[in-house]
Amino acid sequence: MFKIVVCVKAVPDPKEACNIKIDPVTKTLMRCDVPMVLNPLDKYALEAALQFKEQFDAHISVLSMGPPEAGNIVKECLALGADQGFLLSDRAFAGADAFATAYTLAKGIEKIGPFDVVFCGMASSDGSTEWVGPEIATFLKIPVVTRITEIVEYNGQWWTVKAELENGYRLVRVQIPAVFTVTRALNTPRRLSFSGIIKARKKEITQWGIQQLGVSEASVGLKGSPSIVSTIATMDSRRKVEILEGKREEKAEQLVQRLANAGVL
Amino acid sequence: MIDFTLTEEQEMFRKAAQEFAETQVAPKVPEMEETGKVSLELVKAMAEAEMMALTIPEEYGGLGLGYTARLIALEEISKVSVAAGMMLQVFALGIEPILKYGTDAQKKKFLPGLATGERLASTAVTEATGGSDPTGIRSTYKKDGEDYILNGRKCFITNAHIADTITVLAKDDENPKAFSTFIMEKGMDGFKATHEENKVGMRGCNTGELAYENCRVPKENLVGVEGKGLGVALAAIGDVGRGGMVGCALGLQAACLDVSVKFANERILYGKPISRLQTIQNKLADMKIDLEAGRLLGYRAASMQDKGERSSNEFAVAKYFSTEAAQRAAKMASDIHGGYGCMEEYAVSRYMRDSFVLGPSAGTSDIMKVIIARWTLS
Repeated sequence: MFKIVVCVKAVPDPKEACNIKIDPVTKTLMRCDVPMVLNPLDKYALEAALQFKEQFDAHISVLSMGPPEAGNIVKECLALGADQGFLLSDRAFAGADAFATAYTLAKGIEKIGPFDVVFCGMASSDGSTEWVGPEIATFLKIPVVTRITEIVEYNGQWWTVKAELENGYRLVRVQIPAVFTVTRALNTPRRLSFSGIIKARKKEITQWGIQQLGVSEASVGLKGSPSIVSTIATMDSRRKVEILEGKREEKAEQLVQRLANAGVL
Repeated sequence: MIDFTLTEEQEMFRKAAQEFAETQVAPKVPEMEETGKVSLELVKAMAEAEMMALTIPEEYGGLGLGYTARLIALEEISKVSVAAGMMLQVFALGIEPILKYGTDAQKKKFLPGLATGERLASTAVTEATGGSDPTGIRSTYKKDGEDYILNGRKCFITNAHIADTITVLAKDDENPKAFSTFIMEKGMDGFKATHEENKVGMRGCNTGELAYENCRVPKENLVGVEGKGLGVALAAIGDVGRGGMVGCALGLQAACLDVSVKFANERILYGKPISRLQTIQNKLADMKIDLEAGRLLGYRAASMQDKGERSSNEFAVAKYFSTEAAQRAAKMASDIHGGYGCMEEYAVSRYMRDSFVLGPSAGTSDIMKVIIARWTLS
């Protein structure tokens, strides 16, 4: 059976972005005030796995690293159709940068067992580094294709995918096992269904800490993070209101001119 | 200590309903408002999202999730469209008499199709002589061999023109104290939906009249015991009807509060958002208090219903409170919006119109007080 691992992350609800605050001392997001949700791009990663499973015999494991509450988003993935959930949760994992996160997730993937494909969202809505997927591939010593927009062909051990570039795209033929980070163009994620939620009652979530993963404290979390956030600032975006005077045609003319001057047109 | 929190699974139900409402219901609202007609695409989407299957047991093709899950779904859908919430609430109201009093054969025959949405349900009690006093109805039935012959008219029936399976209350032609409930089906000879109402609010939720003239109904369609049909109809309305209206009202309350908070934070007066003005804060606080109280009353009653306990009195309290609170919320939301609150482009004008339709549905506030007083004095 084909084995797929989907890496997911619990992030502060982007709809509540205006309420997200930054801890001035630790330079981290103060997550307690905002509900945590499944990272939007990870839904596309899961959907890619689910669509593959609709065509072929496959088993989907969902893997996340986070506090125990992140189990909720793993459960949500199970309700959406994944088969099994894994949560890497330990105080030692806290404060991890992209490198330490990828290392911990890679260890989790190895512990889950043999796999064919790993899907990740292209980026998380809170960190947005786009590093975790490629770094997982590096730790697992397998190829990675980032920003995929289409899976053109599944052909045994060789997959052909289309991936976006800044000014175009590239077609990549890659041998699996591989890591793919996905964009929103790849598919349309399905919605939660009531019957899916009922089915998830019987699906398991396994929680692993530092002991079960067999990693040292120095290699994970804040201690295992080579990068530090030296400063962080919020952007103060303010609207400027200007009332245009004159006849309708004159106002339209002025508006077009101003938009052109602002570089919008 | 009493646990007032929803379970992790119930929170997921809320999310599922929320996603459905935002992606499938919201795009249909302008068309429903404009035409006042049911969106059949929306009905189909509701069926695909298993919304009609919530209260039907798994053995009959449903999900067996019960009434708290139903209340959650109704609240979230009504937050986006009270009309859609109302339509859905009455599907369940039509299903309930079969669920509660139907024979196994009736359940096997009707429930699977109602669970998938292949068939749509409604219930018909109200007549021109009134809905609050069901004993005053004039529809009659009389035995004719193995069948019953029904004659009469019903009015203000939600889903009248789209329902396929309707539980109808009628009075014994020869005994004015005996009532029976029958399952009537679209296509029966002499049975048809007639006038369609043009309501001030909940536009896009069908309301109309039903007429049946010498309509022959087989004895297999009698629900419960002949002559005891008043209990059948009222039990469904008492729990499921009132409970459904609580869901619609809570959704509207939440919507009013959401748009008010957003507007109050964006509208600048005296050089600052009006949310910093105490008079506006006072209104927002009142709306919040009403919403919290309404939820406690409604979800408590639904939780009792899920345990199989009698909950019609608790739902009467919740229905009275939440529908009155929804009207207050719509008024306050409109006040906060000032002149914009009178404009059709702003949802609050729709909320105001919808709020007034909540009151009479499944029993007016005055009737709720009669029920509550009777409960208190008993």
